[in-house]
Amino acid sequence: MSIDTAPTVSATALDATSGAATRRDILHRLLMTLGPILIALVIAGCILLAVGVDPLAYYGFVLEKGLFSPLGIQQTLTRMAPLLFLAAGLIVAFRAGMWNLGGDGQFLLGAVTAAASAPVFVQIMPAWLALVCSFLIAMVVAMIWSLVPALLRAYQGVNEIITTLMMTFLGTSLANVLVKLAFRDPSTTVPQTRTLPVEDRLPRLFETTITSGLLLGLAAIVIVHLVMTRTAFGLKLRIVGANPRAAVHSGLGVPGLTVAVFAISAGLAGLAGAVDIIGVQGNVRADWNPAYGLAVIPAVFLARMNGFAAIGFVFLLSVLSIGGESAARRLGVPNHFTLVLVSIVLIVLALAEYFDHRYNQSRRA
Amino acid sequence: MVGCRRGDPFTPPDDSCFLVLGFMSGFSSSSVAGRDIVALEGVTKRFPGIVANDSVDLSIRPGEVHVLLGENGAGKSTLIGMLSGLQQPDEGRILVDGKPTPITSPRHALALGIGTVFQHMMLVPTLTVAENLLLGEPWWQRPRTEELAARVAEITGTLGITVKLQAKVSELSLGEQQQVEILRAMLRNSRLLILDESTSMLTPKGIDELGALMRRLVEQGLAIVFITHKLKEAAAFGDRISVLKLGRKVGEIPPERFRTLGEQEIVSEIVELMFGKQKDDPEAVERPVRTARAGADPLLQVTDLAVAATDNAPGLSSISFDIRPGEILGIAGIDGNGQKQLAEALAGQRTATSGSVRLDGAAIETLSVGERRRRGLRYLTDDRLGEGTVGTFPVSINFFLKQVGAAPFWRNGVEQRAEIDKRAAQLVREYDVRTPSLKTPVARLSGGNIQKVLLARELAEGAKVVIFNKPTYGLDLANTLASRQRIRDTAARGLAVLLISTDLEELLGMCDRIAVIADGALVGTVENVDDARTKVGRLMIGLAA
Repeated sequence: MSIDTAPTVSATALDATSGAATRRDILHRLLMTLGPILIALVIAGCILLAVGVDPLAYYGFVLEKGLFSPLGIQQTLTRMAPLLFLAAGLIVAFRAGMWNLGGDGQFLLGAVTAAASAPVFVQIMPAWLALVCSFLIAMVVAMIWSLVPALLRAYQGVNEIITTLMMTFLGTSLANVLVKLAFRDPSTTVPQTRTLPVEDRLPRLFETTITSGLLLGLAAIVIVHLVMTRTAFGLKLRIVGANPRAAVHSGLGVPGLTVAVFAISAGLAGLAGAVDIIGVQGNVRADWNPAYGLAVIPAVFLARMNGFAAIGFVFLLSVLSIGGESAARRLGVPNHFTLVLVSIVLIVLALAEYFDHRYNQSRRA
Repeated sequence: MVGCRRGDPFTPPDDSCFLVLGFMSGFSSSSVAGRDIVALEGVTKRFPGIVANDSVDLSIRPGEVHVLLGENGAGKSTLIGMLSGLQQPDEGRILVDGKPTPITSPRHALALGIGTVFQHMMLVPTLTVAENLLLGEPWWQRPRTEELAARVAEITGTLGITVKLQAKVSELSLGEQQQVEILRAMLRNSRLLILDESTSMLTPKGIDELGALMRRLVEQGLAIVFITHKLKEAAAFGDRISVLKLGRKVGEIPPERFRTLGEQEIVSEIVELMFGKQKDDPEAVERPVRTARAGADPLLQVTDLAVAATDNAPGLSSISFDIRPGEILGIAGIDGNGQKQLAEALAGQRTATSGSVRLDGAAIETLSVGERRRRGLRYLTDDRLGEGTVGTFPVSINFFLKQVGAAPFWRNGVEQRAEIDKRAAQLVREYDVRTPSLKTPVARLSGGNIQKVLLARELAEGAKVVIFNKPTYGLDLANTLASRQRIRDTAARGLAVLLISTDLEELLGMCDRIAVIADGALVGTVENVDDARTKVGRLMIGLAA
């Protein structure tokens, strides 16, 4: 490469010229995200047609129940609270190059500890302090649960994808055992934990049924985004993620950072469980496993681990899951069709990415 | 340097030559008659902000080694990219067999008979040689192993090389891997073989063997484009030389003239083309008389340092040396004898099993990488992209990779972008880093400019002892000279310098003393005076100095 202009830098001048390019870049990014989603909707529509359901009616119900009806949108926003916490946890881990897929186990253990501790705490201390303590305990328990994969990865180089997935099976079972044996509410016949009275749960926003956990979730994901992009700690994690050998060469304590990443990621998953219980559910029933952790992963990928974009995709996911549940009931489509839809979106998006890459290559060539 | 240029003992007899021609379906008899197989006419290629190739003409003929010579960033890689179908020219055209032919993809290039052996090996290390050679066949067919073995025997026989088909690629030396790549190109009936910086990874013996192999290939009627930035190789292996400079072709020595000139004349003519005024070998450096402060206490003292061997790296045993302020101690030796392990053990990246390292009198062998750096020990790695930088991060951040969290660039852990950009712009100017912007991902810069980023980072402030590991490896002449000057300036500032290099000339030109490393131990240390070359040479081949 020969240098055509002044060899060195005046960064500001260069920024000015790249303004138009940035705008084109954003437009391209939008097109590359929304286009595949539309295509995926069409493909999913074809599947619905094949099983004898009118896709327009289905999508209509989804939108109506998830977005346009007052009750639906409130449910959607309430559902976002735990999803945002989980997304925040995944962003930390994925940006640091660690694939914490154990979100569900961490989530459930957080949920169970919060459900077990909150009704006890509210009797012995002011309600706000009780909730804070429950949140903290849920977080700490989830962090401890992540310690095994974290230490194995940090000091033995064991692949965390496998260990976190295994720990999630164990965590789900352990949560069940805890509900059925240790924290079971003696006053009911159904195996579940004691129920936190509605007045002691997280306050609702204004005159709606939306939980204030939504605000906590938004705060969590924005803070995570800023920490990852603007702070020294976030940069260290990104260095570990982008080039672990450069991290060692630069004198970063990679094992310590690895454990920290898992702790933060799992802690946020535990908080997600707590916010769902303390804000919405009030108790944990045995065998309850909403599997939010796995559902959020595609949203985080679609957002390219950007916190603000993740908020948008989590909203979309909420609309789909709330609307999908009710549309499924009315049209006789299995409840899990939402997951089918999300996975089609993901596959189409990956294909779009691939063809875009190929196109760029051939154009550059 | 190379005695095999003409009258090579391995030259195959004529009939075997015909044998090769026989199975190479792409061959037409007319192409052997000195017409261009491939010609470039006024080819121009632009990248944002940069003209990589500026109306380049090139004619590539059968039976000729066409050397493409130029510094890093002269546009060699882009030119190769266009010939191998990775990139398309913006202007001008490429003629194949006299017909204008756009080369649209690497597959198309292969179909036209253009095979490329890239600088970095493109073999699958976990597969055997035979499996690698069979890659790219239609997936629904059974691998035609026997046919392959027969053809390989045919080709290797005429070339005088042996290839172990059943060996795993990871077990082969770099030179052998390269032969496999050349063989692969031959199996695909290549008429034009492009060798991109093929000597940069090879030992001197490997380079000579490659030279001999190229000679045999062109004698069979192949055309070879050989890219290098080493003048002596160009003079030794070439038939025709084209010199590229800043994207333009600044000169060509055709075969008729080439034959009439001696090696020295060719080198000086190339230097004339590349650098204008300089006449003599620019790499021949005059060693300045330095005033190493003989009386001063050593800045770095290493005593009985040992490192355990691992599966893929030799260990170190009882390494001891001192470096005084202002002194350059060289570590000579054949690559892979523990040089990297030594540098890493000193920097703290590798755990030492015993021994002590003292920096300015204080023991540092138990300290972390970061703490050693804070105390003034700097390690300039030879693996610039692998561990020296984070390729996807901007140039500006890469300057401060080892200072993440330190004031004034971070305050209370929060990034101060203005401070970072200000200092980065300063370093870019001071160290002449050529980058389109501070935000450019560092991996997009050329090797020389990445090295400048590393130099700026390690030498900027607070350095006392600097370890340079192969600081000019893979750099072009201008950057090599600039890097060497930086190293000399570093010592002149009163720092202690440990210079690890496999280039003996470099060490002889720069060091005060040279230690020789073999099998992870220092086998001797030589004062760099008149007879140092012989002494170091004797030590390197295992004789006492």
